[in-house]
Amino acid sequence: MRLSELSKGASAVVDRVHDAHAADPIAQRLRDLGFVDGEPVRVVAIGPMGGDPVLIQIGYTRFALRRAEAARVSVRAEVAA
Amino acid sequence: MSASTLRIALVGNPNCGKTALFNQLTGGRQKVANYAGVTVERKEGRFTAPSGRVLQILDLPGTYSFEANSPDEQITRDVCAGNYPGEVPPDLIICVADATNLRLHLRFVLEVKRLGRPIVLALNMMDTARRRGILIDVPELQRRLGVPVVETIAVKRGGVRALIERVDGEMPTAAPVEPDDAASRADLHAQVRDILTATVTMPRATAALDDAIDRWALHPVFGLAILAVVMFLVFQAVYAAGKPVSDLIGSGFGWMGEHVAALMPAGPLQSLVVNGLFGGLGTVLGFLPVILVLFLFILTLEESGYLPRAAFLLDRLMLSVGLTGRSFIPLLSSFACAIPGIMGTRSIQDPRDRLATILIAPLMTCSARLPVYALLIGAFIPMRYVFGVFNLQGIVLFALYLAGILGAMAVGWVMKHLRRDKSEHALLMELPSYRMPKVRDVAIGLYERGAIFLKRLTGVILGLTVLMWFISTFPSPPAGATGPAINYSFAGYIGRGLQYIFAPIGFNWQISLALIPAFAARETAVAALATVYLVGGEATGGLGHALAGQISLASALSLLVWFAYAPQCMSTLAVIRRETNSWRNVAISFGYMFGMAYAASFVVYQVTRMLT
Repeated sequence: MRLSELSKGASAVVDRVHDAHAADPIAQRLRDLGFVDGEPVRVVAIGPMGGDPVLIQIGYTRFALRRAEAARVSVRAEVAA
Repeated sequence: MSASTLRIALVGNPNCGKTALFNQLTGGRQKVANYAGVTVERKEGRFTAPSGRVLQILDLPGTYSFEANSPDEQITRDVCAGNYPGEVPPDLIICVADATNLRLHLRFVLEVKRLGRPIVLALNMMDTARRRGILIDVPELQRRLGVPVVETIAVKRGGVRALIERVDGEMPTAAPVEPDDAASRADLHAQVRDILTATVTMPRATAALDDAIDRWALHPVFGLAILAVVMFLVFQAVYAAGKPVSDLIGSGFGWMGEHVAALMPAGPLQSLVVNGLFGGLGTVLGFLPVILVLFLFILTLEESGYLPRAAFLLDRLMLSVGLTGRSFIPLLSSFACAIPGIMGTRSIQDPRDRLATILIAPLMTCSARLPVYALLIGAFIPMRYVFGVFNLQGIVLFALYLAGILGAMAVGWVMKHLRRDKSEHALLMELPSYRMPKVRDVAIGLYERGAIFLKRLTGVILGLTVLMWFISTFPSPPAGATGPAINYSFAGYIGRGLQYIFAPIGFNWQISLALIPAFAARETAVAALATVYLVGGEATGGLGHALAGQISLASALSLLVWFAYAPQCMSTLAVIRRETNSWRNVAISFGYMFGMAYAASFVVYQVTRMLT
């Protein structure tokens, strides 16, 4: 499942970030911002127009990602801790 | 430079409170310039430490990572690494991290550490962290990181004393240089997690207040409503506080000019002082109140954390015309005046998005166009009601505003499809915690904007104003001349030359001539028309009558449309030059707006002529 497919309020755990093309700077930046394996994420809000961008809580930070950006992140269901 | 000067680079993630820390350390003693050849701001300040040593601090652009994605991030990386041409490598790096956001900020600290330079970590916003019940084991954090850690509260007086003492003390030893590759980058996250588990207790991942505000501020309906109210208030303030002061300054300089004129013998020198010098100063300084009021709001919204929220709400809309959510505030400011709008694009990090915003900002209907619109609409559009309720004059004014917006959207869309770089540019925008804006930080920001405008633009605008005065005054009319003096001047000749170009869009030579001084400032078009039509400058109603008798409806509509799109004023072009550091962008702005205005006026003129 991709991060862009989660609905508002949904939580998940990051699997990995996929490069949309070779040497994808956006994918690299997402990894640097903490979108790495095992990191919990949550969709906090969605934009008023077409649900784009999405607001993602990761760690202690909230990032607004366009859907095309969020689609680079594959996520899995949260494991009950 | 004396040997006792210590060069310090200040680095950190965006929103770590770095600028507030810089302001606290240096007070107002800052030098703001650009890095050579790029439009990234270079801020440097200095202060004397208790030991008597001078500390010279460079505030580097905030960045999430040394894997730089934009010119400002590249500068931060290169200066820290000591290989930015023209910058002396820093003796010491102060890494600023937000104590409430360590998951994100510590990774960058580790990245900086790998450069192998002496660093000190400033754990900022400790007051907020304590309030939120966040517990940080500082000695353990210091041990695990292997760098000195100092707690700071940048927004509080005395909140950086410990940092100054540490920096002024013994130089910390540098960590060994470590290689930078994909595997080690991934490893940084694991290190951060280990450190956090061992040193930080976080009751809650977010501030409860942020969640509560964002529930409303980002709501699809209420969020947009709140944004609309905020913008409404900004515009009320601009027109209630900024515009009257601007007008006062303009008339004040006019008054001073007249009094100075009384002391001087009539002649070219008197005319230069009155019309060129005082007129020009009135124009330049007249921009200042509007600019300051707008920036007061922009800075306050930025400091409070609301600006990225507005960008979040509008990103989709702006993206559809090739812009970004961050373009919205600068474009909206341009409805008051394009100059602060264009200066405000500094909050857009991405150079392509920033340039696109700068290029379309002048299409927003600024307040200086209103006198021209008011004159022409009053003279040519009959005061009558459409469908019994709508005032026709009001409809035309609205249509002109709409024409600007639709034109901007069309230009944005065309640029999006024409530009060579069609790659995806990211939003990837952090929505920081809400913060109470600090008067000191807003005041320093405001002072900087005002100083940039006055220092870098006064000369250019004044020079152009004097040039305009020169071509409208010389040569003097021959003896026995009956027409107004301007008819015999260079401007008169240029105006008569321009009429051949402008004839297809319905401008006679008088209008063509009036366009020349209007290039200095749009609102002077009215005065210029009054002069060429030999009407008393103060009786605008009289001018309206004179115009209605001499210009056809088709020409008047064409002129209105011309003012909606035409490349004006020269102050705007001067700002574009300053903010993009390129004459090419000035040429592009001028060229496309000229073409657009000409085409639109041509259609309006020809169609109206056919219909009337």
